[in-house]
Amino acid sequence: MSAGVQVIAAPGDIPAPHIEYGQLAPMLIVFGVAVVGVLVEAFVGRSWRYRVQVPLAFAGLLAALVWTLVLGLSEKPFHVAAMGAIGVDAPTLFLQGTILVLALVGLLLIAERSAAHFAAQASALPGSEAEQAGAAAGIRQTELFPLMMFAVGGMLLFPAANDLLTMFVALEVLSLPLYLLCGLARRRRLLSQEAAVKYFLLGAFSSAFFLYGTALLYGFAGSVRLSDIAEQAGQGAGGEPLLLGGIALLSVGLLFKLGAAPFHMWKPDVYQGAPTPITALMASTTLVAAFGAMLRVYYVGFETLRWDWRPTMWGVAILTMLVGAVIAVTQTDVKRLLAYSSIAHAGFLLTGLVATSREGLSGSLFYLAAYGFTTLGAFAVVTMVRDPGGEAAHLSRWAGLGKRSPLLAGAFAFFLLAMAGIPLTSGFTGKFAVFSAAVDGGATPLVIVGVLASAIAAFFYVRVIVVMFFSEPDADGPAVVVSPTTATAVAVGLAVTVVLGVLPQPVLDLAGEAAAQMFVR
Amino acid sequence: MSPGHYLVLSALLFTIGAVGVLVRRNAIVVFMCVELMLNAANLAFVSFARMHGNLDGQIIAFFVMVVAAAEVVVGLAIIMTIFRTRRSSSVDDVNLLKY
Repeated sequence: MSAGVQVIAAPGDIPAPHIEYGQLAPMLIVFGVAVVGVLVEAFVGRSWRYRVQVPLAFAGLLAALVWTLVLGLSEKPFHVAAMGAIGVDAPTLFLQGTILVLALVGLLLIAERSAAHFAAQASALPGSEAEQAGAAAGIRQTELFPLMMFAVGGMLLFPAANDLLTMFVALEVLSLPLYLLCGLARRRRLLSQEAAVKYFLLGAFSSAFFLYGTALLYGFAGSVRLSDIAEQAGQGAGGEPLLLGGIALLSVGLLFKLGAAPFHMWKPDVYQGAPTPITALMASTTLVAAFGAMLRVYYVGFETLRWDWRPTMWGVAILTMLVGAVIAVTQTDVKRLLAYSSIAHAGFLLTGLVATSREGLSGSLFYLAAYGFTTLGAFAVVTMVRDPGGEAAHLSRWAGLGKRSPLLAGAFAFFLLAMAGIPLTSGFTGKFAVFSAAVDGGATPLVIVGVLASAIAAFFYVRVIVVMFFSEPDADGPAVVVSPTTATAVAVGLAVTVVLGVLPQPVLDLAGEAAAQMFVR
Repeated sequence: MSPGHYLVLSALLFTIGAVGVLVRRNAIVVFMCVELMLNAANLAFVSFARMHGNLDGQIIAFFVMVVAAAEVVVGLAIIMTIFRTRRSSSVDDVNLLKY
C-alpha cells in the first residue's frame, strides 16, 4: 500500500491564501454585478427591473473593461494570481478586453426594447393562457441580465485559468447560464427549447470528458496546474498513457466548446434555435473564451508535447474547415448558414494554434477580435429582418432585400465579405495573420486546405449576396425593423470590420505586443 | 486493496456512463449517465490523491460535487420545460432542428 495522506498542518497553522484583488477586479466586478442583479430580481418591483438591470449591466461591463485596459496599459502584469489559480498576462488581458467589448455590444442587442426577443415567462407553456396573459401584460423577462453577466464572468475566467480545476469551474459557469438563455426565445419556442436541451445534454457530456481528462492529468502529474503538468511531461517520467489519455479527453471538452469537427453537431442546431441576440453573444464571446482557453492549455500545459498533439490537431483543423465550408453550401436558413460559417472559422483559428509560435498566438488574437465583431454584426442584422411571426430566417425571404433596404443589405453583404476574407476587410487581415504564421510553423498543407475552404465558403457568402441584390422582392416580404440599439450594434460591428481591414496595424501591434511574452506559466 | 483497483472501477463507470449517454433515449436517464461520468471522475481524483499522497484530488472532488449539483438544477429545469411542452422526455422526439 502506498503512503497515505499525511496530516500536513495542525489546525490554525493553515496559511491564509493570498488574493490579488486588484489584478482580478475585472472578473470580480462582473460577478459582483451578476449577484446584485439577482438581488434586484428579488427586491425591485417588476416595472422597475428593466430600468435598473440594463444600466447596472452596462456599468458593470464598462467598469470591468476600463479596469482591464488600465491593467494592460499601465502595469503590464506577467504573473499568476490567487495562489497560482489565475494567470494575469498580456494575452489574457487582450482576450478579456475583447470579450468585454463584444459583451457590451451584445448587451445592446439583448436589451433591445421595441421587439422583445425573449419569452415573457419561460415556464409558461407555449400557446397557453398564462403565456398570452404574460404577453398582454407586457411582462419582460429581466433575469436574462444576471444570467448573461454570470456567463460573461465565466468567459473572462476561462482563458485566464491557470489550473485545470479553475478552468473546469469557469467552463461550467459560462455554460450553465447559456443553456438557460438558449431556451428563452419568445417566438418559435419549441425550437428554442429543443436547442436548450440539445446544448445542455451535449455540453454536459463534453464537460464530463473534460473532467475525466483533468483527472488523468492529475494522476500523471500529481497536480492540476498547467505549469506542473508541463514540467512533468518534459521530464518524460513514465505514465505516458495517463498523459496522452488525459490530453485526448481534455481536448474533446475544449474542441466541443469551440465547435470544431467532429464535435460541431450542436452548433447549427443551437445557433438556429436560440434567440438571435443570445446566438450573437455565443458566436462571438464564447468563441473568444473557448479559443483563449485552448491557446493557454496548449501553449503552456502541453507545449513540450507538441509533437504528440500536433498531428491530431492538423486532422481536426482540416476536418473542421472542410465540414464547415462544404455543409454551409446547402443551407437555406440564415442563422444556420452563419453557424456553419462559424465552424469553418473555428478551423481557420486552429491553424493559428497548430503554428505554436509567437506569430501564431498574435495572429489568433487578432483573428478572434476581428471575427467576433463581424459575426456579432451579422447576427444583429438577422434580428432586424422580421416577418409577422418573428425573424425571417429563411434565405428565400431575404430575396430582394437589397432593393427594399439597401443600407441594411449592404451592411450584411459587407459582413459576409469580411467572413469570406476579401481584402480591405478585417477577415482578410485576420486570415493572412494566422495563415502566414502557420506557413512559418511548417504547416503549409494545412494553409492550402484553408485557402481552398475559404474559396468554397466564398461561394455561399456570394450566393446570399446574389439573393439579396439580384432577385425580385416578394410583395409580402419581411419588414426591416430598425431600433436605435440594434442599429448601434450593427454600426459598431461595421466600423470595427472596416477599420481592422483598412488600418489593422495598431491592433496588430497590440496583439503582437500582447503575444511577445506569451502566457505566464 | 490497492488504489489501482479503484481506477479500474472509475474507468468502468465512466465507460458505462458514456455508453449510456449514447444509447439511452430518455433525457433524464441520459442526464443521469452524465452524472455517473462526473462521479467516475471524482473516484479517479480521490484514488490519484491517495496514490500521490497529496490532498488536491480530494478537494477537487468537492468542487466537482458543487458543480454537478448546479448542473442538476439547470438541467432538470430545461428538461422539465420541454417535457411540459411536448409531454415526452425522449431525446428522439426533439427533432425539429436538423441538417
